[in-house]
Amino acid sequence: MQTPSPSAADRPLRPETLAKAPAIVAQYPQKRSATMPLLHLVQEDRGHITKDDMHWVAEQVGVTPMQVLEVVTFYPMFRQSPIGRRHVRVCRTLSCALRGSYALMEGLEKSLNCPRGETSPDGDFTLEFVECIADCGCGPVVHVDGAMHENVEPAQAEAFAAKLKATLKDPDYGRRAPQPGTPEWNG
Amino acid sequence: MERLNPETTPMPAVERPLIYANLRQPGYTVDLDCYLKHGGYEALKKAVAMKPEEVCKEVETSGLRGRGGAGFPTGMKWKFLDRKSGKPAYLVVNADESEPGTYKDRQIIYKDPHQMLEGIAITAWAIQAKQAFIYIRGEFIHGAKILEAAIAEAKSKGFLGQNILGTGYSCEVVVHRGGGCYVCGEETGLIESLEGKRGYPRIKPPYFPAVLGLYNCPTIVNNAETMAQVKHVLAFGGAEFAKIGVPGDSGTHIWGVSGLVKRPGLYEIEAGKATFGELLYDFCGGPLDGRKFKAIIPGGSSTKILKFGERFKGKLPNGTEFDWALEDIPLDSNSIAACGTGLGTGGTIVLDDSVEMIQALSNLNAFYAHETCGQCTPCREGSLWLSRVSGRIAKGGAKESDVPLLLDIANQVAGRTICAHGEAVAWPVQSAVPKFKDEYLESIRLRQRGEPVPKLKLI
Repeated sequence: MQTPSPSAADRPLRPETLAKAPAIVAQYPQKRSATMPLLHLVQEDRGHITKDDMHWVAEQVGVTPMQVLEVVTFYPMFRQSPIGRRHVRVCRTLSCALRGSYALMEGLEKSLNCPRGETSPDGDFTLEFVECIADCGCGPVVHVDGAMHENVEPAQAEAFAAKLKATLKDPDYGRRAPQPGTPEWNG
Repeated sequence: MERLNPETTPMPAVERPLIYANLRQPGYTVDLDCYLKHGGYEALKKAVAMKPEEVCKEVETSGLRGRGGAGFPTGMKWKFLDRKSGKPAYLVVNADESEPGTYKDRQIIYKDPHQMLEGIAITAWAIQAKQAFIYIRGEFIHGAKILEAAIAEAKSKGFLGQNILGTGYSCEVVVHRGGGCYVCGEETGLIESLEGKRGYPRIKPPYFPAVLGLYNCPTIVNNAETMAQVKHVLAFGGAEFAKIGVPGDSGTHIWGVSGLVKRPGLYEIEAGKATFGELLYDFCGGPLDGRKFKAIIPGGSSTKILKFGERFKGKLPNGTEFDWALEDIPLDSNSIAACGTGLGTGGTIVLDDSVEMIQALSNLNAFYAHETCGQCTPCREGSLWLSRVSGRIAKGGAKESDVPLLLDIANQVAGRTICAHGEAVAWPVQSAVPKFKDEYLESIRLRQRGEPVPKLKLI
């Protein structure tokens, strides 16, 4: 069984990540504005943000590492520890809840063997409740990495979990160009 | 064929898609060619042939009100821009779409991005901004990529970027992703966030964005859909656009209905030309089988809840007296405001008789408690207390005195904070407690007696 690479937190950022930074910083009249875009970039590279990464971002935008940490801890999307191979975010807020997102969550906890807010013991899934992700007419919605799955009825929890598990064996997962109307497009 | 007399027979309400006209077409795609085939960037050509101040005048004449929730007249907002400071002006487009129940801007971004970009180009020209930012919510990951690709296309054809349409005027547009934070939809919180800081809203005065906005420069912050509406203002001309809708609220509103109706979805309706009854029954197909409507939250989760069976009486701004049931309320901002709530973003959340109202309130309270930025004590503490107190009513362990306590806490939050998050915290409680007090007390008693509670779990 695969486990998350222990080196993910230690390895340097990829050269292509480093290469993208100057152009991102140059887009802004003041460098500090590039803090969040660079943090997104780092997180896409590594899966989370380390202390060293924050030092690197601070250098790029000309602030102290503390000022980067302030940003990292304020925004729910930034994380400082690794997550599972698939990040499953179920919308919790009213429109989706009315359509059964709590029952869906309970079903997914069972089927993915993962309590909400945690990562499954095998490291495959991180399952979370998130607040409104602006797709309220198609609730319940589940945002999985870059894909937005709509109208995921609680009764389909098991089948949906099986679909997510199947993606673990897909070597091209997340690499195909999204097509209009698909969860990947709407993600 | 027998003709119906429109004077005597009410005509069924119909949609009037302006913003969604393109994306509703079968086979419509996001690329520039497709947009150009549908008349794209003609309004921009019209705009740059006019003086910037003439474009501002058209928007003012149109009566367009912002579509971000507050409904402030767009033309007037542009007038407030400090043009004497000598500092550069910025345009910031609020595509943070984070008000629960709201999902209208997502459609524009994912299906018709050029429409919004055309509005941005027109607005930037009108206020002479050389730099525009689209602050898009962090979760719209692919949406940000769609916009970036569209910007590159538009630049390659001279609709954005350097020397727009040969005028010598240039404007760069940058897409900036947020980090999943509701309060960054508040314009000054958004500006702080765009500056690379925590999204703590700024105090007004002095930080009115039109004077002290991004980098302390004059800044116009407009909602994403407002930008798309501006394109249509230019296409029609201000005076013609003002004829769409009703006096005081021109154009169309996109009603994003969610929750417990047969056909949740987005319906674009000329302002004031249908009622909530028509929206919920004709467009949305009425309640689910065997259910009855109980209440709606009309314009995003922060707007005050309306209960079925209530009567709404009062006077409109033009002096007309009204006496409406919920179903009779016309879908324009003045009528809805006269009923004690707001049109907001048009994101209508529908609750039926399967819903235990304290759970619905507790769900929203949990949202606001999660999203408070923590700057102002009343909001930070109040939102958490409201979430805990409503949570214990919904889950057991509450006393009857907790119901008035909810109201007491909410009353200490509204009006005592830097930004409108305080009101967003308080309004759902302040509006719902008086209307559903008896049901809340019954929820407490059910749990005290250990009796079965409604099946639908919301918290």
